[in-house]
Amino acid sequence: MSNGLRLEVSGLTKRFGGLAAVKELGFAVRAGEILGLIGPNGSGKSTVMKLIMGIERANTGQVKLDGVDISGWPSHRIARAGVGIVFQHSRPLGRQTVLENIKLALLPDSLWRLVADAGVDRKARSIAEQVGLGAVLDRKPSGLAFGDLRRMEMAKAIARDPKVVLLDEPFAGLTSAEVEAFSTLIRGFRDAGRAVLLVDHKVKSVAALVDRVLAMYLGENIAEGTTEKVMSSERVRQVYLGGKIESMDRAGETARGQAPLLEVEKATVHYGKAQALEAVSLQVCEGEFVSLVGLNGAGKTTLFNAISGLVPYAGTIQFRGRSLQRMTAGAIARGGVVQCPETRELFGDMTVQENLDLGGHHLPAATRARQLAWLYELFPVLGSRQTQTARTLSGGEQQMLAIARALMMRPALLILDEPTLGLAPVILNQLSEALQQLRQTREMTVLLGEQNVTFALPHADRIYVLEHAHIVWEGSPSRFVEEMGTIYFDDPVTLRRS
Amino acid sequence: MRRLLRSRPLWIALVVIGVASVLPVWLSAYVLGVLTAGYYFGVFSMAWDLLFGFAGEVNFGPTFLIGLGAYTAAILNSRFGLAIPLCVIAGVTVALIGGLLLALPALRLRGPYFGLVTLVAVLLLQNAVVIFAGVTGGEIGMTVPDVLSLSAATNYWYGLIFLVICAIILFGLSRSSMGLILQASGQDPIEAQALGFNVTKHKLMAFSISAVFSGMAGAMLVFYMGAASVGTLIDISIGVQIIIAAVLGGRRSILGAALGAVFLIAAGEVLRPLGQLNTFVVSALALAVILFFPDGLLGHTLRRREAK
Repeated sequence: MSNGLRLEVSGLTKRFGGLAAVKELGFAVRAGEILGLIGPNGSGKSTVMKLIMGIERANTGQVKLDGVDISGWPSHRIARAGVGIVFQHSRPLGRQTVLENIKLALLPDSLWRLVADAGVDRKARSIAEQVGLGAVLDRKPSGLAFGDLRRMEMAKAIARDPKVVLLDEPFAGLTSAEVEAFSTLIRGFRDAGRAVLLVDHKVKSVAALVDRVLAMYLGENIAEGTTEKVMSSERVRQVYLGGKIESMDRAGETARGQAPLLEVEKATVHYGKAQALEAVSLQVCEGEFVSLVGLNGAGKTTLFNAISGLVPYAGTIQFRGRSLQRMTAGAIARGGVVQCPETRELFGDMTVQENLDLGGHHLPAATRARQLAWLYELFPVLGSRQTQTARTLSGGEQQMLAIARALMMRPALLILDEPTLGLAPVILNQLSEALQQLRQTREMTVLLGEQNVTFALPHADRIYVLEHAHIVWEGSPSRFVEEMGTIYFDDPVTLRRS
Repeated sequence: MRRLLRSRPLWIALVVIGVASVLPVWLSAYVLGVLTAGYYFGVFSMAWDLLFGFAGEVNFGPTFLIGLGAYTAAILNSRFGLAIPLCVIAGVTVALIGGLLLALPALRLRGPYFGLVTLVAVLLLQNAVVIFAGVTGGEIGMTVPDVLSLSAATNYWYGLIFLVICAIILFGLSRSSMGLILQASGQDPIEAQALGFNVTKHKLMAFSISAVFSGMAGAMLVFYMGAASVGTLIDISIGVQIIIAAVLGGRRSILGAALGAVFLIAAGEVLRPLGQLNTFVVSALALAVILFFPDGLLGHTLRRREAK
């Protein structure tokens, strides 16, 4: 405590199988300080939080709270010691009122105290007042607006009176007015002398709030210091924007002007109270490669799932002029719209060959054999791993298998959701080459969702930028390169402030 | 206190209990007998609901706990001539110890394994009873020399009072701080831990309470029926009935479980003239309720009022 360091993390490493999610990470947060932990999706930020909270166990490394080593303690003990967390997704008690949900956080971990102290009720009410829930105390969580639900989670964190607060993307899905209110609450944590670790994937949304920033990529610390310093760091710009940006405009014909193969008109999706997609319109023409760029949480996967018929939506989605609204997911896939999901969804205990056979089970044997031969040519590494089970493949190989399996279905439109997620740069190149080959040799239409712009750009005829459930930009790759800096880094709010 | 007096469910419950307590005036000994058995089943279902509806753990072997309590009581009474209250206390103790021995390792398992372990426990107990037939009477079962009462009405009141006391305690627990923590542990154990609750400890407590009430009701049932047998106390199908009753009445409501159990037992008797079809009709009815009112009968009416 002598040096004011509330939370000290050193040499933290966590491996999942062969993949190191966090590598030798170290940092410290003082009392009354807000540290922003930023990095693109898959960089290991959430894992760091879980390691501190004891939800996951670190392979090596140390976490100290006020100088006491808490690594290896069970979560509830870490919580009692003074670490609080606000999860991004939580499941409040649905049959209890807001007040009771807050009271829960105030209860002692005792088996014998059946009736809460009288002070608990008073305290719960005052905390609710403080976060702006005073008017909805007696409502059930199901009757709350999304922002109020998040407020309730904040209230629970405050109720625990933690020395260290971990906030997992506190602004996701909030309106700008709510973002302001939450920022004030978080500043309140700082003023109360708590140490705050704030995780977010965007620099700009936390820039005005944090005292220091630590940028992570692939589990490693790539920059640390003031917001300005981190934002101007070459490495950070590289990670967020990609290094040398190449755009390859395809020689000859542009696909525009042709009848669109896929046409999305004002698609809107809500998950409960959270708005995932708002009046999104986009077109993909026959033979075109379209990239949908946006950070994690922008709504890419939701849009793809709406197209694939996996989530209900308002608006129209047409494929070859036919509405997909009433079709089942299976019928849509058989109709030629094949999605290769972010989560890959491979059959882990089946071999590479079996996974591919399943993708092409509806094809006549001869066609299937031809398709298989072509795919092994496209992804040679899969050819050499035919009899290996999918589970034992590396992340990159699994991704290739997932794409290959989608291609076995001979899609008219292939939807690739975040194929680069968590992959090493060398694998990215291999994947990139395969896509390039695909683009040049086949009559194939591809809709690619990516947050890695470096990867998305070379493969795009056209680019859409999705942000906060809205399409905010559309244009050619070359125009994107020119305007990208503005799209990604300049924030109207920050500009006004400075 | 004033809010309690004004709450409608309380008055409804009092009226139901009032009507139930004067039923022996009109009903035949046979019908009373059916209802009495239903009351003991009600306790089984409520104890199960505390574990499933609140702690979120599916116990496929409620009859393991019931059987331990029942057979302990039956053996002590018939072999050693212990008085009924002592036998019941011993039954509760053994059910609690057996439950803890089972739950301590099982609660460390994730996903569906807890349920599977409890299922296997029932089979083990069932086989143990058959193997040690010399002590337990094996497949035929055993009779106990003492019974609660020979009068159907007295037995009925015993059952009703027992049910009401258990319902008050279990319902009270479910609405206490403990119930709140249990629900949080059942719904989102990670968050519950992050709020500083030792989830395993609280679930173990819920299991212990469930074991105590199951064992007690099992022992009482033996002295009501005057016999203990695998088919009426331990068999998997009995456990399934208890689970169906709780789901039928409405999980997470405790009282719904009791209603569901009485309803299920009574329906089985009413439909007895149907012969073989009886079980089929009751099962189909249960299936329909589960499909169309997944919150159960009581849960459904409560939910509708909440929505208004």
